[in-house]
Amino acid sequence: MNPQDLQVIRALIAKAKRWDAFFGVLGILALMVGVLTFCALFLDMAIQGVPRLDADFFTNFPSRRAAGAGILSAWVGTTLVMLVTALAAVPLGIAAGVYLEEYAPKNWMTDIIEINITNLAGVPSIVYGLLALGLFVYQFGFGQSILSAGLTLALLILPVVIVATREAIRAIPQAIREGAYACGATTWQMVADHILPYSSAGILTGVIIGMARAIGETAPIITIGALTFIAFLPPVPFTGDPAAGLSDWLFAPFTVMPIQMFNWTSRPEAAFQVNAAAAGFVLVLMTLAMNGLAIWLRYRLRKNIKW
Amino acid sequence: MSKKLYRLLPVVLGTAGLLAAAGARADALVKIDGSSTVFPITEAVAEEFQKAKKGAVKVTVGISGTGGGFKKFCRGEIDISDASRPILKKEMDACKEAGIKYIELPVAFDALTVVMNPKNTFLKEITVPDLKKMWEPAAQGKVTKWAQVNPAWPDQPLKLFGPGADSGTFDYFTEATVGKAKSSRGDYTASEDDNVLVQGVSRDVGAIGYFGFAYYVENKDKLKAVPVVNSKGKAVLPSLEAVIDGSYEPLSRPIFIYVNAKAVERPEVKEFVEYYLKHGGALAKEVKYVPLADSDYKHALDNFGKKKTGTAFGGEAEIGVKIADLLKRDPKE
Repeated sequence: MNPQDLQVIRALIAKAKRWDAFFGVLGILALMVGVLTFCALFLDMAIQGVPRLDADFFTNFPSRRAAGAGILSAWVGTTLVMLVTALAAVPLGIAAGVYLEEYAPKNWMTDIIEINITNLAGVPSIVYGLLALGLFVYQFGFGQSILSAGLTLALLILPVVIVATREAIRAIPQAIREGAYACGATTWQMVADHILPYSSAGILTGVIIGMARAIGETAPIITIGALTFIAFLPPVPFTGDPAAGLSDWLFAPFTVMPIQMFNWTSRPEAAFQVNAAAAGFVLVLMTLAMNGLAIWLRYRLRKNIKW
Repeated sequence: MSKKLYRLLPVVLGTAGLLAAAGARADALVKIDGSSTVFPITEAVAEEFQKAKKGAVKVTVGISGTGGGFKKFCRGEIDISDASRPILKKEMDACKEAGIKYIELPVAFDALTVVMNPKNTFLKEITVPDLKKMWEPAAQGKVTKWAQVNPAWPDQPLKLFGPGADSGTFDYFTEATVGKAKSSRGDYTASEDDNVLVQGVSRDVGAIGYFGFAYYVENKDKLKAVPVVNSKGKAVLPSLEAVIDGSYEPLSRPIFIYVNAKAVERPEVKEFVEYYLKHGGALAKEVKYVPLADSDYKHALDNFGKKKTGTAFGGEAEIGVKIADLLKRDPKE
């Protein structure tokens, strides 16, 4: 190889490396747009809101006096609604995902269902709110209750859970299924003993992503009629006089964190803006805590998989 | 894992069964919804009332807007509707159709405040015809300089800020200035969030805008109120006194609650409304609204006691009506 060719090749490599570096920088910038924006917003909120956080803020009901106002009814409402959402969306979503992956025949019906599920993930949340207003609130007579809200948000995140379940199931090697069948397992035995345990980490991630979306949703909750001022908690089962039934809390009126925040930001007094920032901070922490829990659970579950 | 799953199944089924079997428990609950303008007062009353009853009665307050509130009210979903304007003809019809009778009670005043940037030095007062020139639909795209409204004012750009078309404040302001409700130019900065309007006016020297009195009081350091010339030719700044003595007109308006006459048979609703009319004045003042005269609250309480159902307005908005006169009228359904 003569020295001139070597020069050309070196120049070529140098050029390629420059492009490589350029793309690296571009990638970092693209990443930073998202991360820095979030950090700036979060820090701004934290600086404004954190000094406001004390025990009273969590144990007080909303009030016209900014200093005495708290988020008790809001965070309890959000927690209970999320509980109902999880109880409804997780079994339904996983069952649907397992069916589509392991049971459904590959024909045009299944294709249509698949396309619909993917599209459902893109439907604006307000549409779910309107559907729920007609169906849950009026048709089923659940009223403007925790149950209606939880089921609405469950519908909203169902596509996310289904898609995540399917992705997780697909990641399992075909040999596992064949092995189970070879030992004479039925489809259900194969699913229960192998598919679900092995895919649970992936499914969990999907569930948490869905829940994290649901916890911040305001539009559908407002549509079905969450309330803005509410200074009492849903009845605790078997307490009070007359004693509340086991499921009475499901039918209680409620409010949630985003609505409480929204209400405070539209107040004239500047002190309420601080309250809103503090509530926002708590809401982000709740979301991060949920994500953290998911990561920890995923880690725990993955450790137990031996194949 | 499979064993765990099998154990989960009955839990899921059990939950579903419980849901199906559950029935709502009858609680002492007062349900209120409606205008965001009335909300701060109702919220304050609800807060104090629940404290006074030591939690024996629960009160919920929502914000669906005056129109949204009446829709729920006429379907019988709520006991009390907050309204920043009198009930309209079509809402009266909806209530009549559903067989819902109501008691109309004024609870306070709101003074719509015209605000300008504090750096504005030339605007000393404003007349209703000036406001009309600024805001009427014909001004759209044409009136863009202060000098076009009044030759005495400089040739500066005119920036307008106001609430969006769904707001009761918008309805009343257009009715009082342009002469027809909802008739306004469209090319102004509109926001349902009054804090956005506060920001806008405080940042632009040539800005003028309007919103509820409470937002002005809380932002006095950022804004200046413009004295509005009343029908007697006197320029008046909005204030508690000016609204009570009636000199701040035509931009002060009464705000109402509508009580479902059937719900009044429930003791908790009756007690709540009585508490509202007894303590609402002081609480309204606390949240920067203008209370009615004491005699008006007494009169309203009296009307409530006699269960005078219907509206004193006949389904249309009215500008500059005296509360005392209003309460003397024989309401119609």
